[in-house]
Amino acid sequence: MDTTQTKDIYTEEFLINMGPQHPSTHGVLCLELKLDGEFVKECTPHIGYLHRSMEKIAENRTYTQFIPYTDRLDYVASMNNNLGYVMAVEKMLNLEVSQRAQYIRVIVAELNRIASHLIAVGTFAQDLGAFATPLFYCFREREKILDIFDQICGNRLTYNYMRIGGVQFDFPKGIDEKIKDFVKYMRPKVDDYDQLLTYNTIFLSRSKHIGVLPKELAISYSVTGPNLRASGVKWDLRKDEPYLVYDKFEFDIPVGKNGDSWDRYKIRIEEIRQSLRIVEQAIGALPEGDPTVKVGRIHKPSSSGIYFRTENPRGELGFYIVGDGSVCPYRLKIRSPSFSNLAVIPELVKGLKIADLVCVLGSFDILMGEIDR
Amino acid sequence: MLSILGFIWMLIVGLIVLGFIAGSAMFLIWMERKVSAHIQSRFGPMRVGWHGVLQSIADAVKLLLKEDIRPAGVDKLVWWLAPFVVVVPSVMVFVVIPFGKSLIVKDLNVGILYIMAVSSVGVIGIFMAGWGSNNKYSLLGGMRSAAQIISYEIPLVLSMIVVAMQASSLSMQKIVAAQSGHWYILHPNLTLAFVVYLISATAEVNRTPFDIPEAESELVSGFHTEYSGMKFAMFFIGEYTNVFIISAIATTLFWGGWNGPILPPVVWFLIKTYGIVFILMWARWTFPRVRVDQLMGFAWKALTPISLVNLAITGWLLLR
Repeated sequence: MDTTQTKDIYTEEFLINMGPQHPSTHGVLCLELKLDGEFVKECTPHIGYLHRSMEKIAENRTYTQFIPYTDRLDYVASMNNNLGYVMAVEKMLNLEVSQRAQYIRVIVAELNRIASHLIAVGTFAQDLGAFATPLFYCFREREKILDIFDQICGNRLTYNYMRIGGVQFDFPKGIDEKIKDFVKYMRPKVDDYDQLLTYNTIFLSRSKHIGVLPKELAISYSVTGPNLRASGVKWDLRKDEPYLVYDKFEFDIPVGKNGDSWDRYKIRIEEIRQSLRIVEQAIGALPEGDPTVKVGRIHKPSSSGIYFRTENPRGELGFYIVGDGSVCPYRLKIRSPSFSNLAVIPELVKGLKIADLVCVLGSFDILMGEIDR
Repeated sequence: MLSILGFIWMLIVGLIVLGFIAGSAMFLIWMERKVSAHIQSRFGPMRVGWHGVLQSIADAVKLLLKEDIRPAGVDKLVWWLAPFVVVVPSVMVFVVIPFGKSLIVKDLNVGILYIMAVSSVGVIGIFMAGWGSNNKYSLLGGMRSAAQIISYEIPLVLSMIVVAMQASSLSMQKIVAAQSGHWYILHPNLTLAFVVYLISATAEVNRTPFDIPEAESELVSGFHTEYSGMKFAMFFIGEYTNVFIISAIATTLFWGGWNGPILPPVVWFLIKTYGIVFILMWARWTFPRVRVDQLMGFAWKALTPISLVNLAITGWLLLR
C-alpha cells in the first residue's frame, strides 16, 4: 500500500472490500477498492462467488436436460438464454422450426428484454440514490410481463420454455389480447420514466459524462449490447446477423453519442420502446400452426464445434458446442456478455469518486449469474 | 409567586413537549412509511392497528428487545455516546418552538441564536458515530457529514437572519407575533429565504437528495452501519425529530407560526408543520442523490451567494 508523508501529516490509502455483500454490487461481486478519501485509485473485481460449474455440468446432461440450466445464467432474462442455447443446438442439428414457434420465440424474448431492461433502469436509479420509487415502478411493470409468462409457461423467473425444435406449449387462449394490452399500458409508462428520471437535473448531473467508455476501448474489451451501442457503435445481432424472424420487423437500433452512464441508461429506455414495437408487430402477424416440438427429445449431434450467438438484453450471448455423437455435449462454452462488460469497468473508474463507481457499475447492468456461470 | 407559577407552567409544557417528541417521531416514522408506500404504489404497513398506525410501537418494542451488539474494535466511549449526542440537541431545540400563544417551554430572547447553536451540535454525534464505529464505510460517512453540515450551516443561518432582521427580534414568539397580519412567506425576499432555508435544512438533516452521509447504495448506511437495537433507534428518533424541527422552524419563521383563523393555534401550527414535512418526504422519495462534490459546490457556489444577496436586499428594503 502506498503511503505518503506530507510534512507532518501522515496519510495512507484506504483499502476497502466493496462486496460480496453490498447493496449496489448487483449480486455477489467483490470490488477491491483503493481509495484516496472519496477518490477511487484502483478497482479490482473479484468474481467466482456464484460459480456453479455450468459448463462442466453440461457435459453430463443431455442436450434437452441442459435447457433449465441456461435459465440460471442470466436469471432476469431466462427466455433469451433458452433461446440462445436451443438455437445453437438447432444449428448443430440443422433443425427447421415452425413459423409460429419462431414468432412466439421473438415475442417472449422481446418481452423478457423489456423485463430485464426494467430491472436495469430501476436498479440504476436506486444506485443513484433515488430511493426505491423508480425501482418499484419498474417492478410494477415487470410484474405484468411475469404474469404473461406465468400464463404462457407456468413460471415467473426461470421459464424453461424453449425446446429444441420449438417451444414447450402453444400460447394459451386470450394471451395475445393480454400482450396487446400490455404494450398499450407500457408505452405511457416509459414516458413517465423520462419525466421522473431521464431529464431530472440531479439525475443528469450524476450520470452525464461519468464513466465515459470510448468506442475503441469498448471494442477492444469486446463490450457488447446496450453498453457498446451507448458508445456509438451500431451493432445489434438482431439487425446485423438476423436470426429467427427479426428481419421481418421494423425497429431501430438506438445508438448513444458519448458512451457515458446516462447514454447507457438512455439506450435501455429506448430499447424498451423498440421492443414494444417488435412485440406489437409480432403479435399482429402471429401465424397459425403448431409451435410445439415434432422431434424426439434425444439428440445425438456430431460437430467439431459450432458457435451461435444471440442478442441478449445485456449483449452478445454465445454458445460454443462440440458434439461427439453421444447424447451429451462433448464440450459447451458459454460466452456471457456481462463477463466482458465487467472487465472494462476498472479502466473507467480510476480517478472517479466512490459514488461515481456505483453509478458506472449500475449503468453497465452486469449480472453475476452469467459472469460466474 | 408569579415566577413560581411560571416555572410550574414551564415544567408542564416541557413535559407535554417531551411526550410530544416521542409521539411525533413515531408518528412521522409511520407517516413516512405510508407516504413512501403510496408514492410507490404500495400500501405500507397495514397489519398492526388501523392502517398500521401502531407499527412504530411494534418496531420500538422489537428494537428495545434486541441484543445490544458492540462490534469488536470500536472506540467504546465515543461509540456509546454518539447516539445521545445526536438525539439530545434535537430535543433541546424544542425549548423555543412556539406551539401556541403560551405553549412554549421558554421564550428565550435569543431564540434563533439558541436554535442555531444547539442544532449544530448534532453533527458531532454523527461524526463520533462514524469515527467510533471502526468501520471504513462509517468513517467515510462521518467525514462526509462533517463537511456537508458545516457547509450548509452557512446558508441556513443566513436565511434565518433575514427573518430576524424583518421581525427585528430573535425571540420566536415575537417573530410569530410580527406575522399576525400577513405571513412572511408573502414577501418575495422572504420566500427566497424560505427556499434557501428548506434546501439547506434538508441537507442539515441528511435527507435525500442530500443523504450522502448515509448513502445506502454507496456506504451501506454510512455512520450508523454498526449500530443495532436501541442505539440505532436513537439515530432514527433523532432523524425524525430533526425533520419535525426543521419544519416547525420553517412554520414559525416563514408561515406565520400558530397564526391562523378559526382553528386553535396548536392545530394551525401542526397543520403547517406536517405540510412541510410532507413536502420533505415527497422530495425524498422522488429525487436521486447528489454527489458529495456537487453538494458542496451547490452550497458554496449557489446557496451562500444567493442568501448573502438576499440579506443585502432585505437590509436595503428595511432601511429604505
